[in-house]
Amino acid sequence: MNTAFDEMYTAAGAARPHYRGYETWLDGKSQETMANKRAEADLVFRRVGITFAVYGEAAGTERLIPFDVIPRIIPAAEWQQLEAGLRQRVRALNMFLHDVYHGQDIIRAGKVPAEQVFRNSQYRPEMHGIDVTGGIYAHIAGIDIVRAGAGEYYVLEDNLRVPSGVSYMLENRKMMMRLFPDLFARNMVAPVAHYPDVLLDNLRSVAPQGVTDPVVVVLTPGMYNSAYFEHAFLAQQMGVELVEGQDLFVQDDAVFMRTTRGPQRIDVIYRRVDDDFLDPLVFRADSTLGVPGLLAAYRAGRVTLANAIGTGVADDKSIYPYVPEMIDFYLGERPLLPNVPTYKCRNRDEMEAALAKLPELVVKEVHNAGGYGMLVGPAATRAEIEEFRAKILGDPANFIAQPTLALSTCPTYVESGIAPRHIDLRPYVLSGRQISIVPGGLTRVALRQGSLVVNSSQGGGTKDTWVLER
Amino acid sequence: MLSRTADHLFWMARYIERAENTARMLDVNMSTSLLPQSAEEAELGWRAMLGISELEAAFDAKYPLLSAAEVLDFMVRDPTNPSSIHSCMHAARENARAVRGSLTTEVWETHNDTWLQLQAKLAGGLVERDPQELFEWVKYRSHVSRGVTIGTMLKDEAFFFIRLGTFLERADNAARILDVKFHDSGDGQELLPAGRGNGIGHKQRDFYYWAAVLRSVSAFEVYRKVYRDVITPERVAELLILREAMPRSLAACVNEVCANLEMVRNSRSGEAERRAGLLRAELRYGRIEDILQRGLHGYLTGFLERIADLGGRISQDFLVPLSAN
Repeated sequence: MNTAFDEMYTAAGAARPHYRGYETWLDGKSQETMANKRAEADLVFRRVGITFAVYGEAAGTERLIPFDVIPRIIPAAEWQQLEAGLRQRVRALNMFLHDVYHGQDIIRAGKVPAEQVFRNSQYRPEMHGIDVTGGIYAHIAGIDIVRAGAGEYYVLEDNLRVPSGVSYMLENRKMMMRLFPDLFARNMVAPVAHYPDVLLDNLRSVAPQGVTDPVVVVLTPGMYNSAYFEHAFLAQQMGVELVEGQDLFVQDDAVFMRTTRGPQRIDVIYRRVDDDFLDPLVFRADSTLGVPGLLAAYRAGRVTLANAIGTGVADDKSIYPYVPEMIDFYLGERPLLPNVPTYKCRNRDEMEAALAKLPELVVKEVHNAGGYGMLVGPAATRAEIEEFRAKILGDPANFIAQPTLALSTCPTYVESGIAPRHIDLRPYVLSGRQISIVPGGLTRVALRQGSLVVNSSQGGGTKDTWVLER
Repeated sequence: MLSRTADHLFWMARYIERAENTARMLDVNMSTSLLPQSAEEAELGWRAMLGISELEAAFDAKYPLLSAAEVLDFMVRDPTNPSSIHSCMHAARENARAVRGSLTTEVWETHNDTWLQLQAKLAGGLVERDPQELFEWVKYRSHVSRGVTIGTMLKDEAFFFIRLGTFLERADNAARILDVKFHDSGDGQELLPAGRGNGIGHKQRDFYYWAAVLRSVSAFEVYRKVYRDVITPERVAELLILREAMPRSLAACVNEVCANLEMVRNSRSGEAERRAGLLRAELRYGRIEDILQRGLHGYLTGFLERIADLGGRISQDFLVPLSAN
C-alpha cells in the first residue's frame, strides 16, 4: 500500500499549518505528563460509565472505547466544503426516500434499478404512501467520511437508520477540555456541546401537524444494548424521558407512556430500536423491544418516528453507488463530496473486474454494518480471499467491492510511543425544518498498525475532532 | 414520570440503604463478639443476625460451619446472597444505570464509583484485613449518595421516589436491628433475654450490647445528649422507636414515608396513604410503656409486616406499569 496522507505531517515531516500550534504545545509536554493524562482519562471514563457492551460476551460486560488524546484537527476552509457536501447529500437522500415511498420518479427515469429498491430487504412496503412531517425521513444521519490519496475527502457510507457515536463526540471534547484546558485557550476550536439542544429543536420541529408543544421521548432497547450509554445520555441532555417498548402502548391510534400518574400522550419518538423490532404486529412478532400498534399510529399521522421506518433502503451498500445520481436527479447539482469508486457485483462485468483483482480490494456485504462481514484484500490470507470469491460468485448482488483506500493517518498514542494510525470521520447531520450540523463529528481510529477497520466493535478507538474557526 | 423509572429509582435507594444497614448490623455484631464470651454464645449472636435477615437457611445450605469469617464472607462479598453488601451495591448501581438519564450526573457517578471502589476493596482483601473499616466505608458511601441526591436533584417525583425508597428500607432495617437480640429468645415477652453461660455479668453485658446497638445506628452520643443518664433498654427502645428527632428511629422513617408519599399521590394511592398515616399516628402518640407491655418482639414483628404491606402497595399504585385504562 502506498504511504497514506497524514493529517498532521507533510511527507517531508513538517507539521501542517493548522497543526503547528499543537505540535509546539505537545513538544513542551513530558512523556510522563502525557502518560498521566491518558491514565486520568481512562479513570474518568470508567467512573462516568462511558462504556459499551460487546456482543458475544457475557451480559453486562462493559468496556471502554479507547480514547486517544491527540486531536484530529480540521481547518476551517476544509470544514466549509465538507459541510456544504453533507447538506447536499442528506437533502438528496431524504428526497430519494420520499420518492421511493411515493411516486418513484427516479426509478421510472431509469436512474436507479427497480429491483435494487423493491427487492432490498430494507425497503418497507408498509411505508408506501405515508406522508411524514416535512417529508423528512432521515432526521439524524451519520455520514462516514474518509480521506485518501493526497488528502481528498470521500463519503464511505451513509448511516440513516440509527447512527450512533455522537455521545463520544461530546464526551471526548469534554474530556479534552478537562485534561488540557490550556489547549482550548490558544486554539479557536468550534464548540460542539450544544448538539443536544439542536437535536431537541430538530425533533420538536417534526412533530405531527397541529401539535404545538410536543412531548419527545428517546426509545431504547434497554441497558444491555451496546449503545445504551448514548441513549441515556441524549435523553438526559435533552431533558426528555428515556423509554423502553414496555413503557409505551397504543390506544385509538395514539401512543402513550405509562407514568406514575397514568397514561401520558407522546408525539415524537427518537427511536434507537431497529425497524424490525418496532412493532411486533407488523414486523418481527417475537420482538419485545417494540410497541404493538405503533405502525398504525404512525400511519395515522399521530406520532413522528425519528428516523422514519424504511430509511435503510437509502443507506444500503447496494444503493450507495447511486447517490451521485440522486444528487443530480433531485437537485440538479454535481456532488460536492465524491463517492468511493465502487464495483457493483450485481453487474456481471463489474463483478468480473472485481474478482480479477480481489487481493487489492475491500469487499463488503451490502447489508452488514459495524465492520462485520467484510474482506480487506491486502490484509487477508489467500484462503480468506478464496472464501470471499466463492461467496461473491454464490450471491453477487449481496456484495460490492472498492479499491483499498490508503485512509489518512493521524499521530496516535500506541504502546511504543506515538505512531500514525488510520482514521475516519462521522459528522452528524440533523434534518427537520432545516438542516443543522454541529461542526465536528466522531473521529474513529484503527489502533492496530496498518489496520483500516475503525469500528469500536473491532478494536477501534476514538479521538476528539476539532474544527478550527479560523 | 415513567412507572419503570420510578421503580428503578425506588429500588436504587432501597439497595444502597440496605447495604448501609447490613454494614451497621455486621458492625454491631463484630463489636459484641469481641466481648469475652463462649464460642457458643458468639455463634448465637451471628445466628441471630442471619435469622433476623431471613438468611439462616441460605447460609446453612452453603456453609457447613458457622464462624465470623464465614458470615462476613456471606454477608459482604457473596454475589449469590441477594442481601450481601456486594449484591446490594451492585443492584443499586444497576438500577441507577437503568435510569441514569433521570439522575443528575453526580448521583449516577456516585453510585457507579461506589460500585467500582467496592470491587477494588474486595479484591484488595479489605474484608479479611479490616472489616470494620469496610463497614465505615459502606456507611460513608451511602451518606454520600444521599447527600449528592439532596444536593443536586430537582425536588420532583424522581427525588420523592428515591426518598420513599430510602425511608421505607430504613424503617424495615432499623426494626430488624432492634429486634436482633430477641430473635432467638422464644416467647419474646421479656425485654431482656436471660444471659447465657459465664463471662461478664448480665448487667454489664447488657450495657455493652445496648451501647453497640446505639452505636450501630449512630445514636450513642445522641442517647447521652437526650437522656443524660445511664443506658437502659427501655430508653434505647424509646429513642429508636418513638423519637421523631432521631433520624434513624421508626417514627422518623415513617414520617418521611408519609411526607414523600403525599408528594407523589395519585388516584390509586389513597389506601396506602391511609395506612402509612395510621402507622405514623401510632408512633407519634404511642408510649414506650405500652409497647413494652405488649412485648417488643411482637411489636417489631407487627411493624415489619406493616412496612412490607406498604412496600407492596407502593409498587401496585405507582411502579407496576399501569394498564391502558
